[in-house]
Amino acid sequence: MPFRALSVQYAPSAFRAASPGTGLWFAIHSGDDVSTLLQLSKLIDRLNELVGRWIAWLVLAAVLISAVNASVRKAFNMSSNAFLEIQWYLFAAVFLLAAGYTMLRQEHVKIDVILHRFSKRTQIKVEIFGIVVFLLPFVITTVDLVWPLVVKAYLTGEMSSNAGGLIRWPVFALVPVGFTLLGLQGISELIKRIAFLQGLIDDPTTKAVTKTAEEELAEVIRLRAEAEAAGATK
Amino acid sequence: MIEFLQAYMAPIMFGGLVVFLLMGYSVAFSLAACGLLFGFIGIELGMLPASLMQALPLRVFGIMQNDTLLAIPFFTFMGLILERSGMAEDLLDTIGQLFGPVRGGLAVAVILVGAMLAATTGVVAASVISMGLISLPIMLRYGYDRRVASGVIAASGTLAQIIPPSLVLIIMADQLGKSVGDLYKGAFIPGFVLTGLYVGFIALVAIFRPAYVPALPAEARTIREPDGSPGLRSLGLLFLVSVGSAVAFAKSRPDSTATDELIVVSMCVGVGVAFVLSVVNKVFKLGLLSKMAERVTFVLIPPLGLIFLVLGTIFLGVATPTEGGAMGATGALAMALARKRLDMKLLRQAMDSTMKLSCFVLFILLGSTVFSLAFQGVDGPKWVEHLLTSLPGGQLGFLIVVNILIFVLAFFLDFFELSFIVVPLIGPVAEKLGIDLVWFGVLLAVNMQTSFMHPPFGFALFYLRSVAPVDDYKDRVTGNTVARVTTGQIYWGSVPFVLIQIFMVGLIIAFPNLVSGGLGKKADLDTTNIQIDVQPSDYKQSSDADNAKLFGNDPAASAPAGAASEPAKEEDPMEAVKRSLQTEPKK
Repeated sequence: MPFRALSVQYAPSAFRAASPGTGLWFAIHSGDDVSTLLQLSKLIDRLNELVGRWIAWLVLAAVLISAVNASVRKAFNMSSNAFLEIQWYLFAAVFLLAAGYTMLRQEHVKIDVILHRFSKRTQIKVEIFGIVVFLLPFVITTVDLVWPLVVKAYLTGEMSSNAGGLIRWPVFALVPVGFTLLGLQGISELIKRIAFLQGLIDDPTTKAVTKTAEEELAEVIRLRAEAEAAGATK
Repeated sequence: MIEFLQAYMAPIMFGGLVVFLLMGYSVAFSLAACGLLFGFIGIELGMLPASLMQALPLRVFGIMQNDTLLAIPFFTFMGLILERSGMAEDLLDTIGQLFGPVRGGLAVAVILVGAMLAATTGVVAASVISMGLISLPIMLRYGYDRRVASGVIAASGTLAQIIPPSLVLIIMADQLGKSVGDLYKGAFIPGFVLTGLYVGFIALVAIFRPAYVPALPAEARTIREPDGSPGLRSLGLLFLVSVGSAVAFAKSRPDSTATDELIVVSMCVGVGVAFVLSVVNKVFKLGLLSKMAERVTFVLIPPLGLIFLVLGTIFLGVATPTEGGAMGATGALAMALARKRLDMKLLRQAMDSTMKLSCFVLFILLGSTVFSLAFQGVDGPKWVEHLLTSLPGGQLGFLIVVNILIFVLAFFLDFFELSFIVVPLIGPVAEKLGIDLVWFGVLLAVNMQTSFMHPPFGFALFYLRSVAPVDDYKDRVTGNTVARVTTGQIYWGSVPFVLIQIFMVGLIIAFPNLVSGGLGKKADLDTTNIQIDVQPSDYKQSSDADNAKLFGNDPAASAPAGAASEPAKEEDPMEAVKRSLQTEPKK
């Protein structure tokens, strides 16, 4: 009961000041703050969008380097540890740095067997719960645990133990950087979901308009078939 | 209360996992959160050492250095480029025309093309979409039964999951601590047996329900000679010549050649002969070969070339599976460029999709790593082991229960989730029961195929639905109105093929030699460089591995990079750490 008394004393004043009719659980004092937060969310989205755009090229780089490595090794019987290590450096960069972008695109898979039967609002509330209780602790714990090792590797200038190998700290540093990007995106998604519950923005979970690879493939095949049919009737 | 918690921590944690996952938030983070929560509870209750999570960074670094997982983006990228190169369409069109006029022929063509696409990459969605858009309209036009038509397309698409190179097998190899090359070899024969079973089913339908799979009328074949004859005789001759030269070449090799090498090289010779003949015929306008023979040869060359580039180099030991993926991806890029199908948009999209897929898969792995840290801490694996080894019937009982479990879970989980969550739990038990893990991995992979075919969430069905006609439409060729394909028809169509897949699981259990026999027998010497498993000596090192790796002077930590001089040493630190944690509770 003392809990309830407390909340009656403090929380509602904040709520009343916020946009009326909403039960937001943390204090937003005026509509201005919400739009500031939404701006922050937009900023984070843009950041991860940019990161995703550029990191994608590393996929191609990794493919080409690996293919060249394999053929050169067979053909000329020579190999370089640096080039072998750069493969997994690139791979690590791809999946770690893209974590935020992947979340922005809502591609972290979910098991929504049960959830999709509930209303949109309930789904959004579950996601808010997921971000706060599942995602953020994971991000914070990981960054907290990994950071000391990165600092150590940087200070000692740790190198790969292979002859001609690469320096280690940049690849270790990808973990905290990637998780930070992920955490930021989590915060952005959180803001969007709360704003949605307040009726300030449209449903944030509708996927961006860009087509999936599958839809694109289907369209290309359709177009080609039509072109052929047109050619045949001529 | 606390005693109760302490006594039943493992089952409670497992229950917690189920609840967390079903809540519907991203699998990766739910897994991690479950691990963190129960790790925290365990530490508070004094059941776990406070330093439990200290092992996490090392495991994360281990995952980053994992050479096997690097194959995931490579094969994904290859598939995405290849699906747009037009190869699948050409194959479907030509092979469909070749077999079409036979009863059930179009369905058989779909299965064969599905198997061939499966052997080049492993993307179910792409195969299903291509077939759904190219073959399904033709089947509907000539009155195929809708259930058979949609079932055969969905099932042929899922062949990509079992015929190497497939992502499932890569992940399975990683999770079971076996080499990808071994699993590829093991899955080869089951994959083709399954293909054969599908063809057999269509043959049965053609005999007992001929109206379901009618033959196409002759005019449906547009590739023919000027005089109207189909030109099959010349194709048959070309085929005989090519098979003959392959067999002759195989016979001329010394006996000591490994079986798989022999098969790969001989097939290359056979295909090469056919190709050279066709090119000579075309260039000099000899007119010795019919159009059909020429088309078939030219259409088969790209996929066979890619199969050689990927599987051939892996089986011959020239490349590791990861490098095979990179070579295949480069080959696919070259092919798409040559056919002028590669543009900036496609490249960007393929890179983007590859990146997102790698990211979500690897994050599920990261999440499950956190989970397993805590789960191992509370002796979860022991609990699972106790649960599963106490089943009646020993090995067989275990296999039956596990397969039923996977089959049921496959209704809700896709294969990434199954392999990262369930396989690490049952793998050690299987090993303890004396089950060969390569065989076990292939068995599970076959079973997991069903997860693509289960209504209502099966991916293959979902993609087929997305391209199958949702409204009645007027056919372009005949001008007749064709009825739409209902979702119910797609679901019912999948049933016989799911049954065949289950039958296949039974076959593998009944005849284990389907997996372990096969190609690998004489090949051991030849392929040692892609088969090196983690040696027992790692067990000893690994207890210090955690500390040593911090300073980067641990031999296990540098193993993947050491692959420089010794291409395929697949020993990676993840393995060592994993094992050390698995063995710890027993000490």
